[in-house]
Amino acid sequence: MLPYSWIIPCFPLLSFALIIFFTIKKPKLSSQISIGAVALSFIFSLIVLVSVLGNPVTSEFKFNWLDLPGFKVDAGMLIDPLTSVMLMVVTIVSMLVQIYSVGYMADDPRFARYFSFLSLFTFSMLGLVLSNSFFEIFIFWELVGLTSYLLIGFWFEKKTASDAGKKAFITTRTGDLAFLVGIFLLTTTVGTVNFQEAFHQVESGAISSGLLTLSAILIFGGAVGKSAQFPLHVWLPDAMEGPTPVSALIHAATMVAAGVYLVARLMSIYALSVPASLVVAIIGAFTAFLAASIALVQNDIKRVLAYSTISQLGYMIMALGLGGYTAGTFHLMTHASFKALLFLGAGSVIHAMHTNDIWEMGGLYVKMRTTAITFILGSLSLAGIFPLSGFWSKDEILLLAWNKNPIFAIVGMAVAFMTAFYMFRLCFIAFYGKARDQHKFDHAHESPKVMTVPLVILAFLSIFAGWVGIPWLSKGYSSFVYHHEVHHLEPNFILMIVATLVALSGIYLAYVIYYKKTISAEGLKNKFAPIHKLLYNKYYFDELYNAIIIRPIFKLADFLFKKFDQGVIDWLVNAAGNFTVFLSWFWELFDTYIVDGAVNGVGYVVRGTGAVIRRVQTGQLQNYAFIIFFGIVLIILLKVF
Amino acid sequence: MTLYHFLSLSALLFCIGIFGVLTRRNAIGILMAIELLFNAVNINFVAFARFINPQGLTGQIFTIFVITVAAAEAAVGLALIILIYRQHKGVEVDKINIMKW
Amino acid sequence: MNLENGIQTAIFYILSALIVGSAFMVVSLKNIFHSALFLVLCFFSIAGIYILLSAEFVAAVQVLIYVGAITVLLIFAIMLTAQLYSPSIRQSNEQVIPGLIIVGTLLIVTLSVLRRTSWRISTQGIEGQTIVSIGKFLLTTYILPFEVVSLVLIAALIGAIIIARKE
Repeated sequence: MLPYSWIIPCFPLLSFALIIFFTIKKPKLSSQISIGAVALSFIFSLIVLVSVLGNPVTSEFKFNWLDLPGFKVDAGMLIDPLTSVMLMVVTIVSMLVQIYSVGYMADDPRFARYFSFLSLFTFSMLGLVLSNSFFEIFIFWELVGLTSYLLIGFWFEKKTASDAGKKAFITTRTGDLAFLVGIFLLTTTVGTVNFQEAFHQVESGAISSGLLTLSAILIFGGAVGKSAQFPLHVWLPDAMEGPTPVSALIHAATMVAAGVYLVARLMSIYALSVPASLVVAIIGAFTAFLAASIALVQNDIKRVLAYSTISQLGYMIMALGLGGYTAGTFHLMTHASFKALLFLGAGSVIHAMHTNDIWEMGGLYVKMRTTAITFILGSLSLAGIFPLSGFWSKDEILLLAWNKNPIFAIVGMAVAFMTAFYMFRLCFIAFYGKARDQHKFDHAHESPKVMTVPLVILAFLSIFAGWVGIPWLSKGYSSFVYHHEVHHLEPNFILMIVATLVALSGIYLAYVIYYKKTISAEGLKNKFAPIHKLLYNKYYFDELYNAIIIRPIFKLADFLFKKFDQGVIDWLVNAAGNFTVFLSWFWELFDTYIVDGAVNGVGYVVRGTGAVIRRVQTGQLQNYAFIIFFGIVLIILLKVF
Repeated sequence: MTLYHFLSLSALLFCIGIFGVLTRRNAIGILMAIELLFNAVNINFVAFARFINPQGLTGQIFTIFVITVAAAEAAVGLALIILIYRQHKGVEVDKINIMKW
Repeated sequence: MNLENGIQTAIFYILSALIVGSAFMVVSLKNIFHSALFLVLCFFSIAGIYILLSAEFVAAVQVLIYVGAITVLLIFAIMLTAQLYSPSIRQSNEQVIPGLIIVGTLLIVTLSVLRRTSWRISTQGIEGQTIVSIGKFLLTTYILPFEVVSLVLIAALIGAIIIARKE
C-alpha cells in the first residue's frame, strides 16, 4: 500500500479542480465532493497508519524529477511513523471541520469557493507532510501559506479581513525568506535537497558546526513565521478574521503546526547543533509565556483561543528544542484535537450569538448544552487535567523539561497555570452566570446536528487521543514515534501531581473570580492597571512593528517618491522627453524637405514621363497596326540588308 | 510566267490589303482588306504548290484550310461588328477607343 | 515562246491588272457597298489565277466561299449597319500618307527579297485532276487538321450566334 500513498493528497486536489472548474455554481454538490474527497484521504491515511504500525520503518518513494548537472532533485514521499500520525491528524480534523462548515457557512454566497479552498488547503497540507525534500516541502509550505491567505481574507468585503490576510501573508513571508536562505545554505553545502541524504551528510560531518547552526536557525525562521512564534506571532490573532472553521483547521490544528512538524522532521539537524536547539527552546518557551499572559485579559473569544494556540505551539517548539521529538509531536497531535474542538465550539457560540465578545455572552450552558459540555471538555484537556489527552502530552513535555533543564519546566508550569486560568475564565463568563445581553441570549439556540456531531467526535478524541501516550504502556506513542534516543523517561509521579495541582489552582482562581465573584475582577484590574494595560494591548507589538518597520518603510517610500521619483526620475524622464521632442522636430524637417522631396520628385518624374509616353497609347486600333507594320518593315530591313 | 510573277502579284495585293487595314475607318472595310490579305497569302500557297511541290499539293490543301478559317473569321468578325454597332451606333474604329488610357 | 505560253502570259497580266485594280478600288472607294462589289470582282480574278496555276478545286472553293458566302455576308453586314455606306461619311482616316509610305517601303523590300531568293523550282507539273488527290490527302495525311478545322468552324458558328444575338 505504501508506494501508493501519493493518492492521499490527490483526492483533495481533484476535488479542488472539480469544484473550481465545474460545480462552483452548485454549493451543495461542491461540499459533498469536498467532504467525500477528504473522507477518501482519511481512509487511505488510516491504511497507511495501520501498515506503518505493523512495520514502523522509514520508507521513501521517489523518482528523478529534475536532473541538472551537479544538482539533482527527486520528487517523492517520505513515510515514517511521524508522517502517518500527521496524515491522520490532518485528514480527521479537515474532515470534521468540513462537515462542520456545511452548517456554519450555510448561508454564505461563496459556499462552493470556500470548500474548494479547503480542499486546496488539505491537499497542500498533506503534500507538506509527505514531502521528502527541502525543495518539495518549501513548495507545499508556500501553498499552505497561500490558502491560509485566501481563507483569512475569505470575507474580503471586510477591510479588517483583507488586511489580516495581507498581514498574515507578509509576516509569514518574512519567516519564509529566512527559511529559503537556510535551505540554500544547507543544501548547497551538503549537495542534496533530499532529507534522508542531507541528514546522512550532516551526520557524517559534511558541514561545519557553525554553518550548520546558522542554517538550522535560518530554517527555524520559517517555522517561527508559520507557527506564529515570537517575534512573528502578530499575524495569528488577526487571522481570526477568517471564518471560524478555518481558524480551527488552519490556524489551530494543522497549518500552524507545520512549523512544529518542520522542526520535528529536521530533528537530525537540530540534534547535532546545541546552540540552534537552545535558540529553538528559548523562543518556544518565551512565546508560550508571552502568549499565555496576553490571553489572560483578552475579551474576544477567538483571540483568547488564538493566543492560546500560539502559547501551545511555543510549548511544542520548546519541547523540540529540548530534544523531545516524541513529546513535541505528541502534544501536536493532542493539541490538534482539543484546539480544533475549542475553535469549533467557539464557532458554534458565535453562530448562535452573532458576537465574538465574551462579555455579551453568559449563561449559555442552558441554551447550548452540547456545545457547552464539549467546550468545557476541551478546556479541561487543554488545561491538562487527568486523564484527558492534554494531561498526558503536557506531562510528557514537563517531564522532559524537568530532566533537561528545570528552568523550562518552571516556565512550563507557569504557562500551564495561566492556560487553565484563561480557559476557565472564558468558560465561566460564556456559559455560566446571568445573560448579559438579553436580546441576543433569547435568540441563541443550539447549533444544528451537522455542527454538533463533529464537536462530539472531537470531544472523544480530546479525551482518548492522549491515551496512546500513557507512559506505562509498553507499546505506546513513544515507542512508535521517536528519534534515535531510547526515549522512555521514567514517569515522575510528583511532577504529575504538581502539574495537576497547578492546573486545578488556575481553574479555582478563575472560579473564584468569575463564578463566585468573591474576588472582584474590576478590583484586580485596577490594582494591576499598568500590567493589565500592557497585556491588553498585547505588549504593544503591533504598535512597535508599526513604529520601527512599517512607518519607516512608508517614510522611506514617501521620501523616495518625493525626492528620488519626482526629483531624479521625473527629471530624467522629462529630459528624455524633451530631447525626443527636439529630435523629432529635427527629423520632421528632414522628412518634409528631404525624404518627401525625394519621394515627390520620383512621383513627378514618373508622372511627367507618363504624360508624355501615354500619347502613344491612342486607343486607335489602326495606329497600333501601323506601328506593327512599321516594326515588320524595320525587322526585314535589318535582317536582310 | 515564273513563280516570281505570282509572288510579286501576291506581294502587291498584300500591300494593298495592308493599306486598307491602315486607312479604312469603317470596320467592314477593314474586314474586306483583311480578306484581301488572305487571298494574297492563298495565291502564294497555290503558286508554291504549282512550282515547288506539285506532287504533295501541300499548298493547295493549306489554302483550303485558310479559306475555311477565313470563313470562320468573317462570321465572328461580322458578328462583333454588329454588336459594336448596336452599342456605339457606329462602326468607325477610330471612335471605338474605350481601351485607351 | 509558243502560243499557249503567250496566251497564258496575257491572261496572267489581264487577271493581275484586274486584281490589283479592283483591290485598289476596294480599299479606296468612298462607298463601302461599291467596295464590296469590287471585292467580288477581285475574288473572281483570283479564282482565274488559281486556274492558271492548275488548281481547279481551289478555284471552285474560292468562288463558292469567298464570292458566295463571305461577300454575301459582308454585304449583309453593310445593309445591317444601314446609313454607313452613305458617301457623305469620310471613309479613310488621317493615316493615308504614312500608310502609303510604309506600304511602299514594304512592297519594295518584299520584291527585292523575292528577287534575291533562289527557289527550289520543281521540274514536274501538276498532272490531271487535282481534286482526287486533294480528297485523298485530306482524309489520310491531313485528317487531323481537317477534323480540327471543322471544330473551329463549329466554334465560330456558335460564337458568332452568341455574340450577335440580342439580349
